[in-house]
Amino acid sequence: MKKRLIISSAICLAVLIVSLYFAQALLVPKYVSVSPEGALTAEYYAAADETSHDVLFIGDCEVYESFVPAVLWEKYGISSYVRGSAQQLVWHSYYLLEDALRYETPKAVVFNVLALKYGQPQSEAYNRMTIDGMEWSQSKVDAIIASKTEDESFLSYVFPLLRFHSRWDELTGEDLEYMLDRPEVSDSGYLIQTDVRAAEPDDLAIEGSPLADYTLPKESMAYLDKIKKLCDDNGIELILIKAPTNSWRYWWYDEWDAQIVDYAGKNGLAYYNFIDEVEDIGIDWSQDTYDGGVHLNVYGAMKLTEYFGKTLRDAHGIPDRHEDTNMSAVWSGRVESFYSKLTDNIRED
Amino acid sequence: MEQLIEILKELHDDVDYNECETLVEDGILNSLDIVAIITEIDDRFDVRIPAEEILPENFNSAKALWELIERLDD
Amino acid sequence: MSYTTWSFVALIFAAVLLYYLLPKRIRWTVLLCASVIFYAAGGGWYLPFIAATVITTHIAARAISKMASRAEEYISLHREDMSKEERKAYKAKEKGRRCAVLVAVLVLNFGILAVMKYTGFTLNAVNGLLSAFGRGVTVPVPDLLLPLGISFYTFRATGYIIDVYRGKTEAEKNIFRYALFVSFFPLVLQGPISRHSKLAPQLFEGNSLRRENITAGIFRILWGYFKKVAIADTALVGVRAVISGEGFTGMYALYLIIMYSVVIYGDFTGGIDITMGVARLFGIRLEENFKRPFSSRSTQEYWNRWHITMGSWFTDYLFYPMSVSKPMGRLTKRCRTRLGKGIGMRLPVYLATLITWYLTGLWHGAGWNFIVWGLINGVIILVSRELEPLYAKFHKKFPSLDTQKGAYGVFCAVRTFLLMGSVRILDCYGDVPRTFASFGSIFYRFDTWKDLFNGSIITNLGVGVWQYVFLAAATLVVFFVTRRERDELACDKLSRKPVLWAVACTALIFVIVIFGSYGIGFDSNQFIYNQF
Repeated sequence: MKKRLIISSAICLAVLIVSLYFAQALLVPKYVSVSPEGALTAEYYAAADETSHDVLFIGDCEVYESFVPAVLWEKYGISSYVRGSAQQLVWHSYYLLEDALRYETPKAVVFNVLALKYGQPQSEAYNRMTIDGMEWSQSKVDAIIASKTEDESFLSYVFPLLRFHSRWDELTGEDLEYMLDRPEVSDSGYLIQTDVRAAEPDDLAIEGSPLADYTLPKESMAYLDKIKKLCDDNGIELILIKAPTNSWRYWWYDEWDAQIVDYAGKNGLAYYNFIDEVEDIGIDWSQDTYDGGVHLNVYGAMKLTEYFGKTLRDAHGIPDRHEDTNMSAVWSGRVESFYSKLTDNIRED
Repeated sequence: MEQLIEILKELHDDVDYNECETLVEDGILNSLDIVAIITEIDDRFDVRIPAEEILPENFNSAKALWELIERLDD
Repeated sequence: MSYTTWSFVALIFAAVLLYYLLPKRIRWTVLLCASVIFYAAGGGWYLPFIAATVITTHIAARAISKMASRAEEYISLHREDMSKEERKAYKAKEKGRRCAVLVAVLVLNFGILAVMKYTGFTLNAVNGLLSAFGRGVTVPVPDLLLPLGISFYTFRATGYIIDVYRGKTEAEKNIFRYALFVSFFPLVLQGPISRHSKLAPQLFEGNSLRRENITAGIFRILWGYFKKVAIADTALVGVRAVISGEGFTGMYALYLIIMYSVVIYGDFTGGIDITMGVARLFGIRLEENFKRPFSSRSTQEYWNRWHITMGSWFTDYLFYPMSVSKPMGRLTKRCRTRLGKGIGMRLPVYLATLITWYLTGLWHGAGWNFIVWGLINGVIILVSRELEPLYAKFHKKFPSLDTQKGAYGVFCAVRTFLLMGSVRILDCYGDVPRTFASFGSIFYRFDTWKDLFNGSIITNLGVGVWQYVFLAAATLVVFFVTRRERDELACDKLSRKPVLWAVACTALIFVIVIFGSYGIGFDSNQFIYNQF
């Protein structure tokens, strides 16, 4: 009796663990055709295994919709990767950078400053999209603790099934298809958008509504300090940027900009606000955005990348790696993949 | 005893009170019946059954109930 | 600390481990420590309240039991030189003294309960009266938080002191042991209201580790979580949508009656299953609180099978003492001489029934809806009692109709289920006029039925087709399992069948993890029943 109890319990426990494993694989969101930005964090690791990167972009949608690493390579021989994710908050950026440093040490880190306006965790869903893809390390543990909202439990990050189990009644064929192996959705962290939706002239005339307080929260600024220190300790140059946007919905206030200019000046950092440079870059708000001026589409992003690549090369000394045969081989594959995806997307549109 | 069974018969005349020993357990007597029985016993035998004696084992059969009455009368 | 938290699971695990590692003599201290932790986790300010109840009832119980033994000693010493009358008078005098102590401690403890639970309700009612009479004054209503499980532990403690007074149970000598009886953590949130004579011996025994206790306990806990987290909480989504939405009448009211029955059944019996299972892990068998209540054929039967320990508390400590009390006896005699035997005999006991049900309603919560709920239950029981001769005639005419079997049995069970479900929605809406309006609409808002057939019900209530499929399947599983529990509980049966036990536990864990309503986007992790 006792023996039978132990044996059957052991077998059932094994069956339970295996079935929960597969249930988890089936039930977690796949981020392929729906919200692909959720797949970005996880895609970095395979790329880091392939080759090293001299430039790492960190930040929110304003990096992964604005910079095309394939173009940087093509034009300047710069090896780069975009570690962006949807509504990536400053502490996310910090821990994603810390995580990346376990694999490589870039020459420069480019940080987009928009997220500095958030001092508190914002949304559970965006936490999941940024953090779930991280491989386990102390950085992931710290990232979860730093960013989880009140209702979230640490355990649900260890076992995402506890978070996503209720998707059982909304499963699609995609969940089964990509259960164990997912296709790559980004190009070195860049997410292609080929749609064109012009910013309406009426919209462009509107500015962001006034705020009660323009001071950037001290919580986010403290993490910017931490990013700065992490870069200093590893001999990395930190470059601050603000991606070009033109929408009153996501307005970048002059008061905020002044604080960043001040911060950059005090810490000896370069800061480029591309909003002021759209004419030099050649961005046309009737052509180069896919959502009325909130984000650039691929045409805008290619222009911006080409423009910024020159700065990276000339002002920050990022080397041309075309001579490096191993790297060239990797990058020619990535460039080819980018252009084939681009033509596919255009044809689908 | 005869008189007691008479009281019980007035409540439910389809029960064999000489045999049945699960009057409470099987829900034949509910709390309202029990209070009615106690009131009748008080009336006819002049025996007051206190609340603490209202236990299933005292009301499960006519015999047990009769023993309770005799004990209390003592 | 609710049952659906990881800290609760951790507490049980640690307590069980420690319990069986320590020597038998001191095993009960593990339970006491776990109870204090469980209680303190709910908020430290609860502790003085439960401590006050423990201390006052303990001192009173000791006093009563000492007075009783002293009186007995006196009588046995002076048996020779006392006449029968003198002995009787002495006994009565001593009993009166004990009764005074009992009454004092009962008043104190029910007083605490009343102040904490009913102050707000009473003052609001007073303010309502004041404004009705046009006075421009209002009494400020303090915001008192209800100590965790106060209704349940007050009843456990007062039941104990009455039992000591009646000589039905031994007074506890050690206050810490007694504190464990009052605060035993599985019972804190929603009972059962265990009796001292049945629970105490098991608490202090130092039970040995036995395989069947562990296996039965684990299965029962999982079964409880299945009913609560997978069934009740899934159905709760639809219930909430109906209550909070506008214009959900007619068919939706019927939907509410059925779905809220599913919710309260899953939540309450599931919670009690978890309680029973946890106690079982320590080798403690608690009194059952439910015996397949939804197959009851009548309201009276339903209340003998639903929340049994509460019903029996009210019957034993309120209804019987009140019904057989001297004033009631006098009332009976007076009624009988004035109104004749039939009605005269029944009137007092009916009065006692209604008072009992009024207080049962009030015990559930401070609100008119609870009071009305209690009184309706009382009235239903009395009306069906009055109709008993009619039923008897009916059954004589149609002897083939058996309430226990066949289609007529099913009819009786469904009728009782719907009747009890209809009364129960009073506690959904929490508002008496709204409940009646909603119930009434079942009989004339037939236009709402189209929502059932055109699929609007799915979009309106936010419960998907697949969730109904799951609910139906899970409810069927519960139905078939409980149907077979007439003689022996599933957890005990499975304890003898190791393979089946392991398979059942595995399946339950899998179903709870996947189909349970927990985590983000789901905010009900509080048992419905601990509001009471």
